[in-house]
Amino acid sequence: MAKAKSEFSVIGKSLPRVDAGDKCTGRTKYADDLRLPRMVYGKILPSIHPHALIKKIDVSRAEKLPGVLGVITGRDLPIQFGIMPTSQDEHALALDRVRYVGEPVVAVAALDEETAEEALLLIDVQYEPLKAVMSLEDAINIKEPRIHDYGPEGNLHKIVSIDFGDVDGGFGEADHIREDVYFYQGNTHLPMEQHSAVASWNPSEEKMTIWSATQTPHYVHRALAKVLELPDHKIRVVAAPVGGGFGGKDDPFSHEICACKLSMLIGRPIKITLTREEVFYAHRGRHPVLMWVKTGVTKDGKITAMHFKSFLDGGAYGSYGPASIYYTGALQTVTYKIPNYRFQAIRAFTNKPACGPKRAHGTPQPRFAIERQLDRLAEDLKLDPIAIRQKNMTGPNHVTVNWLKINSNGSKECTEEVLKASGWKTKFGKLPKGKGIGFALSTYICGAGLPIYWNELPQSEVQIQVDRSGLVTAFSGAIDIGQGSNTVLASLVAEVLGLYQTDVSLVTADTDLTPIDLGTYSSRVTMMMGHAAIDAAMKVREPIFEAAAEEMDVSIEKLEARDRVIFDKENPENKLSFKDAAQLAEAKFGPIGAVGSYKPAPKIGQYKGSGVGPSPAYSFSTCVAEVDCDAETGEVKVEKIWIAHDIGRALNPLSVIGQVEGSVYMGLGEVLMEEQDFRKNLHKIPSLLDYKSLTFKEMPPVETILVETDEPNGPFGAKEAGQGPLSPVIPAVANAVYNALGIHIDEIPITPEKVLKALEEKKKGNPPRVGPKGIPSYNFPEPVKVEVPAEWKR
Amino acid sequence: MLRLPKFQYLTPQNINDACKILADQGPAAMIVAGGTDIYPKMKRRQFLPKTLIGLRKIDDLDRISGSAKSGLTLGASATLTEVSSHSVVQESYAGLAKAAGAVSTPILRNMGTIGGNLCLDTRCNYYDQTHHWRQAIGWCMKAPSGKGWPVLQDSKLNQSGVPCRVAPGSSRCWAVSSTDSAPMLIALGAKLKLIGSKGERVISVKDLYNDDGMFYLSKAHDEILTEIQLPPSDGIKSTYWKLRRRESFDFPVLGVAVALKQAKDGTVEHAKVVLGGIGSCPFEMAEAQNILTGKRLTENQIEAASQSVFNPARPLDNTDFHLFYRKRMAPVYLKRALTELATMGSNV
Ligand SMILES: Cc1cc2nc3c(=O)[nH]c(=O)nc-3n(C[C@H](O)[C@H](O)[C@H](O)COP(=O)(O)OP(=O)(O)OC[C@H]3O[C@@H](n4cnc5c(N)ncnc54)[C@H](O)[C@@H]3O)c2cc1C
Ligand code: SF4
Repeated sequence: MAKAKSEFSVIGKSLPRVDAGDKCTGRTKYADDLRLPRMVYGKILPSIHPHALIKKIDVSRAEKLPGVLGVITGRDLPIQFGIMPTSQDEHALALDRVRYVGEPVVAVAALDEETAEEALLLIDVQYEPLKAVMSLEDAINIKEPRIHDYGPEGNLHKIVSIDFGDVDGGFGEADHIREDVYFYQGNTHLPMEQHSAVASWNPSEEKMTIWSATQTPHYVHRALAKVLELPDHKIRVVAAPVGGGFGGKDDPFSHEICACKLSMLIGRPIKITLTREEVFYAHRGRHPVLMWVKTGVTKDGKITAMHFKSFLDGGAYGSYGPASIYYTGALQTVTYKIPNYRFQAIRAFTNKPACGPKRAHGTPQPRFAIERQLDRLAEDLKLDPIAIRQKNMTGPNHVTVNWLKINSNGSKECTEEVLKASGWKTKFGKLPKGKGIGFALSTYICGAGLPIYWNELPQSEVQIQVDRSGLVTAFSGAIDIGQGSNTVLASLVAEVLGLYQTDVSLVTADTDLTPIDLGTYSSRVTMMMGHAAIDAAMKVREPIFEAAAEEMDVSIEKLEARDRVIFDKENPENKLSFKDAAQLAEAKFGPIGAVGSYKPAPKIGQYKGSGVGPSPAYSFSTCVAEVDCDAETGEVKVEKIWIAHDIGRALNPLSVIGQVEGSVYMGLGEVLMEEQDFRKNLHKIPSLLDYKSLTFKEMPPVETILVETDEPNGPFGAKEAGQGPLSPVIPAVANAVYNALGIHIDEIPITPEKVLKALEEKKKGNPPRVGPKGIPSYNFPEPVKVEVPAEWKR
Repeated sequence: MLRLPKFQYLTPQNINDACKILADQGPAAMIVAGGTDIYPKMKRRQFLPKTLIGLRKIDDLDRISGSAKSGLTLGASATLTEVSSHSVVQESYAGLAKAAGAVSTPILRNMGTIGGNLCLDTRCNYYDQTHHWRQAIGWCMKAPSGKGWPVLQDSKLNQSGVPCRVAPGSSRCWAVSSTDSAPMLIALGAKLKLIGSKGERVISVKDLYNDDGMFYLSKAHDEILTEIQLPPSDGIKSTYWKLRRRESFDFPVLGVAVALKQAKDGTVEHAKVVLGGIGSCPFEMAEAQNILTGKRLTENQIEAASQSVFNPARPLDNTDFHLFYRKRMAPVYLKRALTELATMGSNV
C-alpha cells in the first residue's frame, strides 16, 4: 500500500483541518451547546467526606422545591461499572460509602440549573466518617478500613513483580551501579471543555439516546447497558465534538449514567454539565508516582541491568489503574536496550479522586526518572549525556527483553536532528551561569495492541458510501477530540479515491449510525481507524475502477486517481471524472459502498501483564530544552524547546506539529507548575485560577522537527503524534536546570521554592538536591521469571 | 456551571439615590461595578445580597480628569484598562499604570474598575472556594456558615465561634489584601472621596483599610467610593513589582509599590514603600523609607532598604506559594524595584 511520497495527492500536505472553520467561527456544537425541546437540567450533590459510610439520605425537602422534577440516589443505580473488566468498582452515585470529597451522592433534575443547585442545598446526608487514607504511605500502613474489599491486601489495588532475564547476573557484570529516587506529582488534564451529557429517553421506543463529551462512546455504551439494564440496541451513544480530552473523558462517568436515569424517570431530555470543580473531582489524571531505579552500566556506559520500582497513588477507584501500573514499567526497554530487567510496582487506593490515563498514560513518570538518571550515570562515568544514550538506544527491527516488537525507529535520527537544530554542541557546558540546556529521549505506543475487554473483533471499522453526485461519505466510530482524527479519516479516503479532502463527508462516533471504533486513547486512532479507512476505500475503489477501465478501454492496473479524475497512468489524456466513473459503477453494480476494518496483531509475550505495551508501532521523540534560571527567585524560564518526533509519515504535517506543540505545552505545565494538590483531605485548589498551568506568556517558542521513518505497520507509514512528544519535555527541562545551576530537582513540578531549597543545600555543602528521600519499605513478592525472546537468551 | 443566586438589580441615576438604597436596605444591598469580584463570590455563595446596585447609569463616575501638574482624578468606575493605558498615568504615575495593568488578564481589566479594585474583598484559599468545598473542609470565621453573608460591619461575626482555618487559635481573620492598585496608590499619596447618606468626605487611600481580613474597609456600608485623587506628580518616580506564579491571570501574593522623589543630585527627598499581598491591608515599610530618605540610591543603600522589609513581611499560608518563599521575595522584589528606579531617568 505504501507509495513514495511524491505520488501522494492529499497525504503529506498541510491542509486545514476539516472542522477548523466551524471551530474557529463558533459553529461547532459541543455537548453543552445542545438544547432539546422540553430539556431540563441536572446537578449532582458531591460528598463532603473523604471516606465515610452513608447512614441516611433525606431528599424530601429537595423534592418539594418548586421546579424540581426528580431526585435519585445510589439505590436507584445499584449496579457497578468501570472501564476495565477488572475495575468494575464504581457506582454512578455512592451506594453505602463515599471514597473521596467530591464523589457524586445524589442527582437532581429541575427546570433550570439554578433550581437544581438550590435543591442540592436542601438534601440532608448523614455520614459516619471513616479514617481517610490520603497518601501512598497511608495506603501501605493502614490495613483497615479498606477503601475497597478487593485487591491483594489492605489498601493495595495491585502488585506487580516480574523479571526479564538474569537481573542479578546483569548487575554483577556492571562496573558502576546507581540507585536514585524520583517523585512525579499527580496532575490533571485541564481540558477547556467541562464534561457534559444530554440524555433523552424515548418511552414509546423504550430507547435511550445520549450525546456526551466522551472519548470512548463504545465503552460508555457498554457501561450504560450494564447499569441501566437495557439491551445494547436500546441505547444510542453519540459522542459530541470534544473540547479537549487528554484522557480525562476516557471513562464512563457518573453524570452520563445519572442523566440517563433521570431522563427515564421524568420522561424529559436532561443535560448535566460538570462545573470546573467537578471536573477536578472526576479527574482520572496523571498518577502521582514514587520511583526507585537502580541501573548497572559498564565503564563505557552500556546498560547491563535495571531494577525499577514504582509506587502509584491511584485514588479511590480502579479506572485504568490495572493498565497504568504496567505502563510505568513497560516502555523502559523500548528506548534503551536493557538486557536484564526487573519491574516491581504497587498501585494503592487512597481517598482522592481516581487517577487514570492522562496523555502518554503512565509513561512520563518513568521517563522522568530514567532520563534524569542517565544524565547522572553519564556524569559519574565522565561520558557525554548524549553519548551514553546513543550507546544504549534501540534501533529498527528490535525485540525488547519484555517482548515488544519495534519496527521503524527514528531515535537516532531524532537525536541528530534535535541536536543540530538546537545548536547543542555550541551550548552544552558553554552557556553563561544560570542558563542551561538539557536533552531527553522517549517513546510511545501507536495504539494498544489489545482491546480493553477481551474479544476477537476488529478494533476499528469504517464504512464508505458513494453518492452519484461524486460525494463520498465515510462512517466511523472514531471521535475527534481535537487531535484531528476527522481530518485523518477524510484525507485517507480522499487519497485512495483520488478526491479532495473536502469531498468526503463524515459521520462519526454515533453507535446507531457508525461502525465500531474503540475510542480515542492509547494513540490508536490514526493507526487503527486509518487502516480501516484505507481498507474500505480500496474496496470502494474496485468497482469504480472496474467501470472506469471498461469505459476507458484500459486495463484496471493502469488506472490512477487524483484530483477527482481517474486516468490512465501511461496516457493521462485518457481519463474520466470520479463522478462519471461512480455513476457508471452504480449503473453496473448497484449502489457503491464498502466496509473496512483493522485488528492489530502485535507479538505478545506469554506472561501476566504482557497485554500492556504491545503495539503495532512505536513513535520516538527527542527534546532539547534551554532554560534561564534566576538564582535569587528560583524561577525557571524555559526559553526554547526543540523537539524532533518520529512520526513514521506525517499524513498532515500542520496537524502533527499542532499535536507536538500541544504536547510540549502540557509537558511544560507538568514540569513547571501543575499539581493535583491535597490539603486536609481534599483537593486544595480545584479551580482554573488556583490550579496553575501555563498561560500564553510562559509558553516558549517551540521548534518541531518531523522525522519520517515510513512505519511498515502504519497507514501509509504513519505513527502517532498526540501523546509521545509530551514525555521527553519534562526530563529535558529538569536536566537543563541541573545544567544551569548544578542542582537536582528530582520531584516535579520544579517550583521556585524547590530551586531555592536545592541552591541552599548546595551552599551548605549538602547534596544539591530536592526530591524524595526514599521509598516505603515494602517486601514485594518474588519476581515472576519470564522467558525472554531468543535474541536475549544467553 | 455555577449559577448566580437570585437577586434584585437596581440602577440608580445618581449617587445620592444609590446611597439611599444602601442606607435603607443595609447589608442586604451591595454595590456592583465591573462585577469581576462580586459575581464569582455570589456564585460561590460567599455573598448573597438581596439587591445589587449597579453604578453604570451614574454619569461621570468613570471620568478621568486633571493633569500631572494639577493632580489626576480617576472616577471610581474607570476600568483598569482605561487607567493603565491613560497617557498621563503612563507618563507621570508609571507605577500605577504598571499596577493596574498587572491585574489579572486583559479581558478582566476591560470590565474591572479601579473603585472595585480598591474595595476588593480580601482573599484566602480557605475562603475563595465553592460552597461545597468550604462545607467539606469546615466553615471559617470570615464565612461562618453556608448561608453567605452580606458584608456586615458587624463585629459580632467574629464571635461566631467558628475558627480561622489558617490560624486556628486566632481571634481574627488573616485574609489577604490582594488589590494591586491599593499599595501603589498609597505610595503615591492618593486620596479618595466617599459619598454616603450622611454626606461626603475625602480620606487618604491608606485610611480606607483596616488590618483585618473580615472588616478590611473602614468606610461605612452606605458610603460609595466616587473618585481617587492623585496628587500632582511633581517629578515622582514610581514602580510596582508583583509576585505571582504566572505573568497573567494571578492575584499578587506580594506586591511592592515604590514612589520616590529625588533631588537633582540624586538624593532621595521623599520615599514611600508599600507592600501588598502579605497581610490583610497594604503596609507601609517605615524603616525602608527612613533608610532611603536623604541618601542617594546606591547599591548599598538599596540593599539595606531591601533587607529591612524581610522582618515586617509576615505572610501566612493562605495563598499560592510557600509563605516563607513570599517573605524571602519581599527584599528581592524591593531591590529590583529600587534598582529599576535608580537606573530610570528623571520623570519630570
Ligand atoms: C480570575 C481573577 C483574577 C483576578 N486577579 C486580580 C489581580 O491580579 N489583582 C487584583 O487586584 N485583582 C484581581 N482580581 C479581582 C478583581 O477582578 C479586580 O480587583 C477588579 O478591579 C474589581 O473591580 P470590579 O469593578 O469588577 O469590582 P466588583 O466586583 O464590581 O466589586 C468589588 C467589590 O467592591 C465593591 N465596590 C465596587 N465599586 C465600589 C464603589 N464605587 N464604592 C464602594 N464599593 C464598591 C463591591 O460592592 C464589591 O464588594 C481578579 C479577579 C478574578 C476573577
Ligand atoms: S484567614 Fe482564617 S478566617 Fe480568614 S478567610 Fe482564611 S481561614 Fe477564614
